[in-house]
Amino acid sequence: MSVAAVASRVAVEVRALAKHFGPVKAVDGVTFEIRGGEIFGILGPNGSGKTTTIRMLCGLLKPTSGTATVAGADVAEHPERVKAAIGYMSQAFGLYGDLTVAENLRFYGGVYSLGAGLAGRIAWAMERMMLAEIGDRLAARLSGGQRQRLALGCSLLHRPPVLFLDEPTAGVDPAARRLFWQIIRGLSTEGTTIIVTTHYMDEAERFDRLAFLSRGRLTAFGTPAEVRRTFGENMSLEDIFVHLQESDA
Amino acid sequence: MNLGRLRSIVWKEFIQMRRDRATLGLMLGVPVMQLTLFGYAIRQDVRNLPTLVYDTSRTQESRALVQQFGATGNFRIRGDALSYQDAIHRIDAGKAAAAIVIPEDFARSIKRGRPVSVQVLVDATDPTASQSAISSALMVGQRTNVRLVSGTVGADLEDGRLPFDVRVRPLYNPALKSVLFIVPGIIGMILSNLLIIMTALAVVRERETGTLEQLIVTPLTRSEIMIGKIAPYVLVGLVQLTAVLIAARLLFHVPIRGSVALIYVVSLLFIVASLGLGLFISTLVTRQAQAIQTSFFFLLPNVLLSGFMFPREAMPPLAGALGLALPLTHFLQIMRGIVLKGVGLEALWPQALALVGFSTLFITFSTLRFHKQLG
Repeated sequence: MSVAAVASRVAVEVRALAKHFGPVKAVDGVTFEIRGGEIFGILGPNGSGKTTTIRMLCGLLKPTSGTATVAGADVAEHPERVKAAIGYMSQAFGLYGDLTVAENLRFYGGVYSLGAGLAGRIAWAMERMMLAEIGDRLAARLSGGQRQRLALGCSLLHRPPVLFLDEPTAGVDPAARRLFWQIIRGLSTEGTTIIVTTHYMDEAERFDRLAFLSRGRLTAFGTPAEVRRTFGENMSLEDIFVHLQESDA
Repeated sequence: MNLGRLRSIVWKEFIQMRRDRATLGLMLGVPVMQLTLFGYAIRQDVRNLPTLVYDTSRTQESRALVQQFGATGNFRIRGDALSYQDAIHRIDAGKAAAAIVIPEDFARSIKRGRPVSVQVLVDATDPTASQSAISSALMVGQRTNVRLVSGTVGADLEDGRLPFDVRVRPLYNPALKSVLFIVPGIIGMILSNLLIIMTALAVVRERETGTLEQLIVTPLTRSEIMIGKIAPYVLVGLVQLTAVLIAARLLFHVPIRGSVALIYVVSLLFIVASLGLGLFISTLVTRQAQAIQTSFFFLLPNVLLSGFMFPREAMPPLAGALGLALPLTHFLQIMRGIVLKGVGLEALWPQALALVGFSTLFITFSTLRFHKQLG
């Protein structure tokens, strides 16, 4: 499938999505689309509904109302299908420190039932994530950047069309961070849809498009340039978000 | 339930177990160590009590009797007392703990088939030690009687009196209460405490490091995660059981009168119940330290109420009822039944059924809570 064909497809479709915890409206009717192959940022301060939205999109939480489809599967109807179609890299990386690099990959490969293709995918991940020389090292002994790339490798073993990154660069040094974004950009070019949550506003410029959430509602949406055009050309994205946050408070 | 995914979790769990040397040592070493410590510390028959002999008979028969005392292992013959007073004096001074006093007419009376008394003085300041010495002395008396009776068939037996007796205060025989009774209890204690703590820790650790969050985003179902985490510990429990059974046999000569296969089947039920409880604890807490504390919450009732240390028959009704809520209580009754009495499932099925009930209850509760938390 060509890049253009992938990009024309909608990877994630969110329609009037809401999640209420008792009287608290954590997500309060959000609608947007994420195109295939784009790097999409979901931004917002703590308590903005960012995490709740992601958890619904991953099939972990049932929406109170509204719908969401991820890679063609409805998150409420077929959460298991959603789970098989997505990769997820959490802030904590979800690695087993007492397993080696290769063993972590093997474990997650087994969890995704890769079967005969497992060895090939492990080799791919080690190569692509630049971990080939440290396959026997315990994950606990890795640097922040290496750990991050291993976690990314684990989440990509089953070739998910949609990849979620939750605060991916927290606690990683600048050089490793740059390397990480290069890999992410490469994946996106190959057609993987990447959804990133972050509160590092300086990373927002890397996103193809972004959504800003505040108190469970969508307060800004579009490419970084579009967002700037709406709120003021001379402001940085960071300024705009601080402004949005304050005007909302 | 996908077997491939389940196998991945079990495989991972075993690697982690192998890497964690301290815990591995804890899992395999502690059961045997505790058995040894408990077994020797709790055993109530005291051995090698330093013993004096005041033998005024000085005959072959009296020396044979002294030898019998020595052969029990409870008395270690330390030499002769010069007089009755000397014996008492040396016991008072703590130089000896017991003395055997044999009357002058001992051999003569036996030959004639007349009743004769042998006195055993025991230092009773330590009641446990003295009781055990007394019971042991009684046994010597009985055993020797039997031999003498069979040796002297005669008219003396007709009036029902035995040729001689060892005079001691009549006390129940604590030999019944010692090692044989305590070891099956220790097996249950060790299995239950270690397994509860280990499972609780294994799950909470994943929560703490964030890997649990990762697992639930994968196609793994909640049941697969729970069973995958429990299964390796079932095996650990069975290995522990085997180690303790072997140690009990070698160190304490605990006979296994009933079916070994049945022991394993029932232990499996008990292991699953304990693991289920550990799993349930893990759903109540978020930190490893809390998991350990909560596990200890079950430790004391296990010791006090299950019948491990104190007979349940003597408990007030409330304590007895509370004890019934512990899997260990039922397991102890089963183990003592199989190991010591040699009875089978025909007598022990109510307890076995209780264990099945506990397992079902704990695992259902855990799965429900697990769903709620991660959902």
